[in-house]
Amino acid sequence: MTKKNKPIELEDVVIRFSGDSGDGMQLTGTLFSNTAALLGNDIATFPDYPAEIRAPQGTVGGVSGFQVHFGHARVKTPGDLADVLVAMNPAALKANARWLKPGAMIIIDVDNFTPKNIEKAGYKEDPIREEKLEDYNVIQAPITSLTKRALEDMGLDMKSVLRSKNMFALGMIYWIFNRPLKFTEDFFKSKFKRKPEIIEANERVLKAGYYYAETIEALHVTYVVKPAEIEKGTYRNINGNTATAWGLIAAAEKAGLQLFVGSYPITPATGILEELALRKNLGVITVQAEDEIAGITTSIGASFAGLLAATTTSGPGLALKSEALGLAVITELPLVVVDVQRGGPSTGLPTKTEQSDLMQVLYGRNGESPVAVVAASTPANCFYYAFEAARLALEHMTPVVLMTDGFLANGSEPWKIPAMSEMPEIKTRIVPEGTDDYEPYKRDPETLARGWAIPGTPGLEHRIGGLEKDEISGNVSYDPVNHQVMTNIRTEKVKRIVHDIPELKVEGEQEGDVLLVGWGSTFGHLKSAQEEMDQEGKKVGLAHFNYINPLPGNVEDVFGNFEKILVCELNMGQFAGYLRMNFPQFDYHQLNKVQGLPFTVAEIKEAVNNLLEG
Amino acid sequence: MSKETSQGVVYTPKDFKSDQEVRWCPGCGDHAILNSVQRAMSQLAIQKEKYAVISGIGCSSRFPYYMATYGFHGIHGRAAAISTGVKVANPELSVWTITGDGDSLAIGGNHLIHAVRRNVDINLLLFNNRIYGLTKGQYSPTSVKGQVTKTSPYGTVEPPFNPGELVIGAKGKFFARTLDGNIKLSTDIFIEAARHEGTSVVEILQNCVIYNNGAYADITDREHKEDRQIILRDGEPMIFGKERDKGLILDREHMKLKVVKIGENGISEKDILVHNSTENNPGLHMMLVNMRWPNYPVALGIIRNVAAPTYDMAVHAQIGKVKESSPINKMDDLLTSGNTWEVQ
Repeated sequence: MTKKNKPIELEDVVIRFSGDSGDGMQLTGTLFSNTAALLGNDIATFPDYPAEIRAPQGTVGGVSGFQVHFGHARVKTPGDLADVLVAMNPAALKANARWLKPGAMIIIDVDNFTPKNIEKAGYKEDPIREEKLEDYNVIQAPITSLTKRALEDMGLDMKSVLRSKNMFALGMIYWIFNRPLKFTEDFFKSKFKRKPEIIEANERVLKAGYYYAETIEALHVTYVVKPAEIEKGTYRNINGNTATAWGLIAAAEKAGLQLFVGSYPITPATGILEELALRKNLGVITVQAEDEIAGITTSIGASFAGLLAATTTSGPGLALKSEALGLAVITELPLVVVDVQRGGPSTGLPTKTEQSDLMQVLYGRNGESPVAVVAASTPANCFYYAFEAARLALEHMTPVVLMTDGFLANGSEPWKIPAMSEMPEIKTRIVPEGTDDYEPYKRDPETLARGWAIPGTPGLEHRIGGLEKDEISGNVSYDPVNHQVMTNIRTEKVKRIVHDIPELKVEGEQEGDVLLVGWGSTFGHLKSAQEEMDQEGKKVGLAHFNYINPLPGNVEDVFGNFEKILVCELNMGQFAGYLRMNFPQFDYHQLNKVQGLPFTVAEIKEAVNNLLEG
Repeated sequence: MSKETSQGVVYTPKDFKSDQEVRWCPGCGDHAILNSVQRAMSQLAIQKEKYAVISGIGCSSRFPYYMATYGFHGIHGRAAAISTGVKVANPELSVWTITGDGDSLAIGGNHLIHAVRRNVDINLLLFNNRIYGLTKGQYSPTSVKGQVTKTSPYGTVEPPFNPGELVIGAKGKFFARTLDGNIKLSTDIFIEAARHEGTSVVEILQNCVIYNNGAYADITDREHKEDRQIILRDGEPMIFGKERDKGLILDREHMKLKVVKIGENGISEKDILVHNSTENNPGLHMMLVNMRWPNYPVALGIIRNVAAPTYDMAVHAQIGKVKESSPINKMDDLLTSGNTWEVQ
């Protein structure tokens, strides 16, 4: 074994694994991220994969990528540009060459750079030259052939052999970044418990890649990224969908209710339903409904019957649920609707991220139909906002929409695990048996929440439904004035939630030249931009919204402290329009992007600089 | 007859009437159905607070407002799905789904077949008047071919659904058919539907006095009804007719039912088929639900009543089983399970 040179210390590194959608790049990226997290780095990940499960091999459309950003300092985004690109074929290079830092390291599987594949990817003959990457640190590794050789005496079929070549690339990356193989080997052992030959094959190939990197001259340098200085505690790695599922379970436990989730599979929300279906040990009831409408209506039925009910979906599914969401509004039942946004309209870009459902969530129903809306802003805080959505639904007797998106759903980060004792109490509005003066629409004078009388309770039998209700009794009423009264009450009830949510905080400068405004998943990129501009001496603050309806109570005060306001969102200006409607006294500048991708920190800074100069 | 519940309460039909004024048209078949349901509930020995009556949209779906039980008036087509949620959330409730031919066979067809397929323990009363009444007279998925309505001024050109055929085709375990005006038969069927564990679908042939008056006159008029209806009862031969002289046999050569006259061609009562609603094989039940006048009498009564595991119980049984063997019993266990690490 050759002796390693002293490794070079780096603050943070961005690696992008990319290959055909069947090459196992998502797993490779996840395994690297888990190892980084277990070693104490802060991380942020960004899977970027096509909608097709197996798109035509070797084409740019079929490229699946996984970007991981790990660092010694706090990491807030998966990174704009990569320091290292693993490209398993020419198409992967084609799709990702523009996301490289100048001089980046590029590891290619040279075995797959055949004339046919080169042509398929849209190159003429020499992809490296055609991309002008000659000066980059290109490592041409014969990954496929070395994988075959490592396994030649095992008698495995060619399909299984080729399936493990991603581990060769991972082995190389582990050596370059001085990472132990142990965590990944442990993963093989638990994942393939009953298939010892698969465990061995994966271990062999992982090691073959590791030793190959050590042996070849091109890699005489290795790097370390020291653990991040993060708050003491117990951590785990978590993605947004899992965090959302867990937040709902936590809320049910805190409220002393069983959790019911009626849902229909839809990208990128399906992971929440899958995670909840696993949690029967915690009493979670999941109904995989026959369609999106049955997803929400079974949940409304369960809510009527006294359970914490939720339904999970993405934009197209929310469109199908909108009539039923109105039913939950008029029956004033607690319900959590999770919208994991994706690119639209219609089927749009199912696997890509976007924030373009905001108007649909706020207004996409018939009639005056207000719902409370909250938005998570990091993968891990999906836990807290799912919990919060459930708390608000139960305490205020209203449907609440939690907005996340593909970027949060699939992205992951280390998360300091909370203890349940630290989570806020949730007090339900359940009407106790023996209440003499029960009326279905009698309200708490402060919140305007009505009581929740659960079927099975003697003496509280009542009828509710989608027809307009009499103000107190809940009987059907066509009275014109009553309809006005009830419309006002439903609006006011949601408005009063403002007293139950925190005020808007400003990150960085509290007053100054430009206020960055964002909501939801753009937090990491906006925060990074704000911090970098702060270091450059610019007077830039960030106001990031997690509460969308109602908005926090101090928005006017915050906005008034800055010369200019720049609203940044991954849509064509929906939140900016909403702010204009609510606070018309301010001027709003906009930064909008709908490319199925998150912002880059550089684009945000450029937009702020333009404003500062303008 | 009224029976005592486990808590010693004896109900009368009146106990199930709400204080709301019933607003169906005078002469509508729904009045009689309401009456039958209230009678059935008073005889079921179930505490009133355990009943949940869930409906969709349509004339029939106003039903919950007239009941003194827990009730939920949903949106168009979704009654079966809402009911599924209620029953799975609390299997102790007796869930009654009130729906019509438009509600559950057009806009809500998907929910109906899936509730039936899953065998959710609900009692689904399908008021079939072969017309859209609440929207004032358009054709429905059960309107007879050629029926003239406001949206088929030249007659419909589409063949109708037969609800029984659809339900049995969707793996239905309980299907019964009754007439709105036959309160005795309806009450008996509703009681059996409630006792059956699983999705019990009861098709109620219902007259719409305004938009489809006489929808079933061909089989209900006094003069002919005995010849044109057959009321099936378990263990009894399938005999009908004013003179009780007609019966059903299986024409084995053509694999279909055949109407025969007892005493003719050597046919005696022992040749007549005997009804067995509990037979798992749906073949004969399918033939019975498909009988139509004038070739056959229309079958009424409980046609199919087969025991099978229910969805709601299966859901809870699985949760119980997983809980028993899992080391994760509360959220704190889950939070700290799997790959975690300490930062010092």
